[in-house]
Amino acid sequence: MARRIAQPARMVALTIDDARVEAGEGDTVAAALMLAGLDRWRATPTSGAPRGLYCGMGVCFDCLVTIDGIASRQACLTPVAEGMRVETGAGKRRLEPKR
Amino acid sequence: MSEDRATTDSCDCLIVGAGPAGMAAAVELARAGRDVLVADENPAPGGQIYRNVAAGAPASIFGAEYVAGRPLVEAFAASGARHAAATTVFLIERRDDGGFDVALSHAGAARLVRAKTVLIATGALERPFPIPGWTLPGVITAGAAQTLLKQSALAPDAPVVLAGTGPLLFLLAAQYARAGISVAALLDATPKRNFRGALGKLPGFLASDNFAKGLRLIGEAARSTRLVRGVTALVAEGEGRLERVRFVAHGREETLEARALLLHQGVVPQIHLAMSAGVPHRWSEARLAFEPERDGDGATPVDGLFIAGDSGAIAGAEAARAAGRLAGLAIAARLGARAEASALDAARAAHAKALRGRAFVDALFRPADHFRKPADDVIVCRCEEVTAGAIRDLAQRGAQGPNQAKAFSRAGMGPCQGRLCGLTVAELMAEARGESVAAIGHMNIRAPVKPVTVAELAALARQD
Repeated sequence: MARRIAQPARMVALTIDDARVEAGEGDTVAAALMLAGLDRWRATPTSGAPRGLYCGMGVCFDCLVTIDGIASRQACLTPVAEGMRVETGAGKRRLEPKR
Repeated sequence: MSEDRATTDSCDCLIVGAGPAGMAAAVELARAGRDVLVADENPAPGGQIYRNVAAGAPASIFGAEYVAGRPLVEAFAASGARHAAATTVFLIERRDDGGFDVALSHAGAARLVRAKTVLIATGALERPFPIPGWTLPGVITAGAAQTLLKQSALAPDAPVVLAGTGPLLFLLAAQYARAGISVAALLDATPKRNFRGALGKLPGFLASDNFAKGLRLIGEAARSTRLVRGVTALVAEGEGRLERVRFVAHGREETLEARALLLHQGVVPQIHLAMSAGVPHRWSEARLAFEPERDGDGATPVDGLFIAGDSGAIAGAEAARAAGRLAGLAIAARLGARAEASALDAARAAHAKALRGRAFVDALFRPADHFRKPADDVIVCRCEEVTAGAIRDLAQRGAQGPNQAKAFSRAGMGPCQGRLCGLTVAELMAEARGESVAAIGHMNIRAPVKPVTVAELAALARQD
C-alpha cells in the first residue's frame, strides 16, 4: 500500500465505493485511492484489463472514476472534498433500455 | 463566425497553463496593464515543476531549484492576473474579427471567453515508453511519482524500481533518498554510444549551471540506490498488477521483485491545443518530437497565438520562465503597451542564456530506438490496446500515415486522443514505410482536445 512520509495538516472524509476513508486536504482522488490500498480501479473497455494511475497529470485518462455521480472524471486532477462520493470499477459501457 | 455565441467573458490575453512560462508571461502582461486570464488544470499555480510549492513542500527534499519557484508563484498571485484554477481549455478558435474564442471547462460546466491574444504554455508530458507490461497497474511514470511526492508526500509501494533515461530519474532517486524512501534499483537505459554523439556539444553544457548540478545528482543517486548502467531490455511482469521487472544489462538478464516501476525517457511538448488551433508543427530529429512553428519571441503563424516554454520545445523550467517573460513582453507590445526595447532585448538574452547546454542533454539522453519503436506484441495505444505489430501491419498493407492507421485500428481514438501513442505511431509508420517521420507527420488533432460532455458543448451553442 502506498504510504505517506508526512501527515497532512487537515483531513477530509469521503467515500470510495461506499466505504468511508480519510484523505488530506489538497490530495487528489488518485492519491486517496492509492492510500486506501487500491492500485487499479478501472477496466479497459476493449479487453477489461485493470488500470489505475499512470501519468498522474491529466493526459493518459487511465485513472477515470465516477465522482458524485459523474462518470469518467480524472482522479489525478480532481482534489478530494468533504463528503465526496467516489465509485471505481467502470469498464465497458452498457446502454440499458428504459423501462 | 461566433459573433452570436454566448461568450461570458473577454480578456486581452488568455494564457493556457500556470507553470513557469505561463506565470512569467502573466506577470509581464499584468504589469503592462493588460487584462490577463490564466486557465490551468491544476488546483494551484506552479505547473508540474513547481507543484504545491506555495503550500510549503520542503526544500530539504525537493531542492533549492524547486523552492526557487516560490517567488514566481507569489509574483503571479500578486500580479492582478486572473487565475481560473482546475480549468481545462478544450478549444481555441480564431474569430473573423481577429482574436479568439476559447472554450473552458470547469467542474463540468463550459464557457466561452473572447480573447484578443492567446498564449499556449501547456508544458510537457512524458515521452511514451512502450515496453512489455507498461499498462500493468503499479507501472507509472517517474513524473507521476514525483507529483504524488510533491502533492501528497506519498511514497509508492516497495520495492520501487526506476528505469529509463534522463535527468528526472536521478533527480527523483535523490529526492526519494532525502525523503527516506528506499529505491531497489535505478536501471539506466541511456545508450552508451550517446556519449560520443554528445561530446561535441559538451562545451556549451560545461558553461551552463547544470553541469555541476547534474554530477551532484548522479552521485547522490548512486550512493542511495543500486545504479545499473547499460540497460538494453526492460519488461514489466505480473498477474493483474506489476510483480517483477526483468531487464538485460551488458548481455546479462536479471529479474527484480517490484511493486512500483517508475518509467521515464524524457519529456515532449504538449502539442494538442496548438495543433487543433492550426499551428503547423515540425519534426525535430534532435529532440525526437513534433514542435510548433514559432519565432524567437513565441509568435506562431496563427496571428495572435503565441507559444512559450516546454510546449514549444523542451528546454526546462528556467528556459520556460525566460520564454514566458519574453512572450509576455511581445504580446504586451502587440496589444499596444508602450514598448520598452531594452526590456525585450534583456528578455531575449536571458532566454538564449537559459538554452545553453540543452543540446548536450538532448544528445546524451536520446532514448534508444527499440524503446521508442517496440516489438510487435507490445501495446502502443494504451486506450484502445493497439499493438506495435498492428500498426506495422497496417503500414505494410498500404496505410499512408497515422490518420489512416487511426481509422483502421482505433490507435489514437481513445480518451487520451493520441497523447500517449501519437509519437510512437508516427515513428513506427515512418520506419515501416521507409519514410521520414517529418514526411509521415502526426495524426490530426481536432477540438475538443479533452473529452467534454454533450451538455457542456450544448451550453456553448448560440442563445436564441
